[in-house]
Amino acid sequence: MSFLTLEHVSHHYFSKTDYTKALDDISFSLKEGEFVALLGPSGCGKSTILSIIAGIMKQTVGNVLLEKKPIDESELAIGYMLQQDYLFPWKTIIDNVLLGPKINNKSTDELRNNAIKMLQEVGLSNVQDSYPSSLSGGMRQRVALVRTLINDPKVLLLDEPFSALDYQTKLKLEDLVGKLLKNYHKTAILVTHDIGEAIAMSDRILVMNANPGSIAKTFEVPIELRQSLPLTVRKHPKYQVLFDKIWEELDKREGGDIR
Amino acid sequence: MKSDKQLYDNYLKKLKKERKIVLTWQVIILAVFFVLWEVASRFYWIDPLLFSSPTKVSISVVERFSNGSMFTHLSVTLFETILGFIIGTIGGVVLATLLWSFTRFSKVMDPYLVVLNAMPKVALGPIIIVALGPGYMAIIMMGFLVSVIITTLTVYSAFNEVDPNYSKVLKSFGATRWQCFKEAVFPATMPTMISTLKVNVGLSWVGVIVGEYLVSKQGLGYLIIYGFQVFDFTLVMSSLVMIAILAAIMYKLVEKLESWLIKHTV
Ligand SMILES: Nc1ncnc2c1ncn2[C@@H]1O[C@H](COP(=O)(O)OP(=O)(O)OP(=O)(O)O)[C@@H](O)[C@H]1O
Ligand SMILES: [Mg+2]
Repeated sequence: MSFLTLEHVSHHYFSKTDYTKALDDISFSLKEGEFVALLGPSGCGKSTILSIIAGIMKQTVGNVLLEKKPIDESELAIGYMLQQDYLFPWKTIIDNVLLGPKINNKSTDELRNNAIKMLQEVGLSNVQDSYPSSLSGGMRQRVALVRTLINDPKVLLLDEPFSALDYQTKLKLEDLVGKLLKNYHKTAILVTHDIGEAIAMSDRILVMNANPGSIAKTFEVPIELRQSLPLTVRKHPKYQVLFDKIWEELDKREGGDIR
Repeated sequence: MKSDKQLYDNYLKKLKKERKIVLTWQVIILAVFFVLWEVASRFYWIDPLLFSSPTKVSISVVERFSNGSMFTHLSVTLFETILGFIIGTIGGVVLATLLWSFTRFSKVMDPYLVVLNAMPKVALGPIIIVALGPGYMAIIMMGFLVSVIITTLTVYSAFNEVDPNYSKVLKSFGATRWQCFKEAVFPATMPTMISTLKVNVGLSWVGVIVGEYLVSKQGLGYLIIYGFQVFDFTLVMSSLVMIAILAAIMYKLVEKLESWLIKHTV
């Protein structure tokens, strides 16, 4: 039973003088509750894939189906956390977080309390009335994460959500998000540059090729790793084996030698 | 060892001292200007008939205020300028919003806006007077015309320069184009709109004074032309001084409004 499907999706960016083929014939599908990681060199089209699934851009070729319906006809909420946080500088943190409910006319006091609780969960208490400019990059990223989660989306698209965090906060948040997604049985796609993060969080890893972007190889994460939390996964013997295999694959594509 | 508080106090003291020095210089320059003007006029370094003198100007201003004539002219001009300023600014923002809402309309309008912008609006004066009659309406129209096109263009281009990723965030929540405008594009452009306010103060004065030159019934612009025709240059100078004072006050008020707006919206 596939939940989210991409069928032969290609995407071109057009300009007056030229065009870029960013994606070439991408096909994959996710089951409900599945967590997939996208791994690949910079510029291979990872953000483009997410924007298309989020319905912000229309692919130039192919179909994207959510529960067998084209995404623009689907009613299901998709949560997209962009690569940069894009918090609105003129809104307070709490107003930023409650942007989704506001757009959908669903703001309630209950949601507001929920938002404050979630902010606390990611380690941000007493910031709700501050403005984004007074927060550090890592704090802003966590706010953006809460802003995405508060809408309770069925599908989560995360574009390098933990890139601006220190290692410890990152591991803790991976745990938190991993737990949240498993508990609520969410479907998710995570874009990352961190092989460890991909293995620790996802069920399946898609390694991409650049120019034009395509799927090079798929790695299944062993079942033992899937069931444990991100922090403990990194200590499992099978973790290192998979890490090495993916490393080799990526190394091969990027031409290897940096020596 | 100095405490943090002491360091901070020192910093504040330094700021205060700097402000005092700047203010002192500003007062000195003003005083020197008036003294030089007076002296030059008394000793015939400049022709007192043409350039008048501060004492003559102040006597004339006081006299005209006490018999009420200055106040009438002044309030007429002020009324026209403020109205021209407000309608021009709001009109510009509304037009820019229309252009943004209808992309094709904006593409079609582009060459016309460019021509209108390049055109010196005061040159339209006679036509406006013929169309609207020689009165308030024509003059307010001038104050409006001078500021509206440039406001439209500035605000419209600021709308387009807003980072599209803010709209992306909103679209991922299912926002419509209008919601994107309300939540992202418009507030992000607030600083630009506020800064056009300041520019428009100056522009509306240009439009209104030229309008009064042409209509020649009442107002400070009319006083200048009248003084010029009857060779009463003290009157011309008095009117100029009044304009300078009023324009400065209006500018300061807009500046206050600006900082208030920035505090409460951005
Ligand atoms: N708006 C755009 N206009 C034209 N070309 C674009 C645009 N956005 C992306 N591209 C091109 O499409 C390709 C894929 O871009 P994309 O942002 O999806 O890469 P990415 O995999 O997310 O990279 P990174 O890891 O650096 O974020 C790149 O070659 C980029 O130059
Ligand atoms: Mg990217």
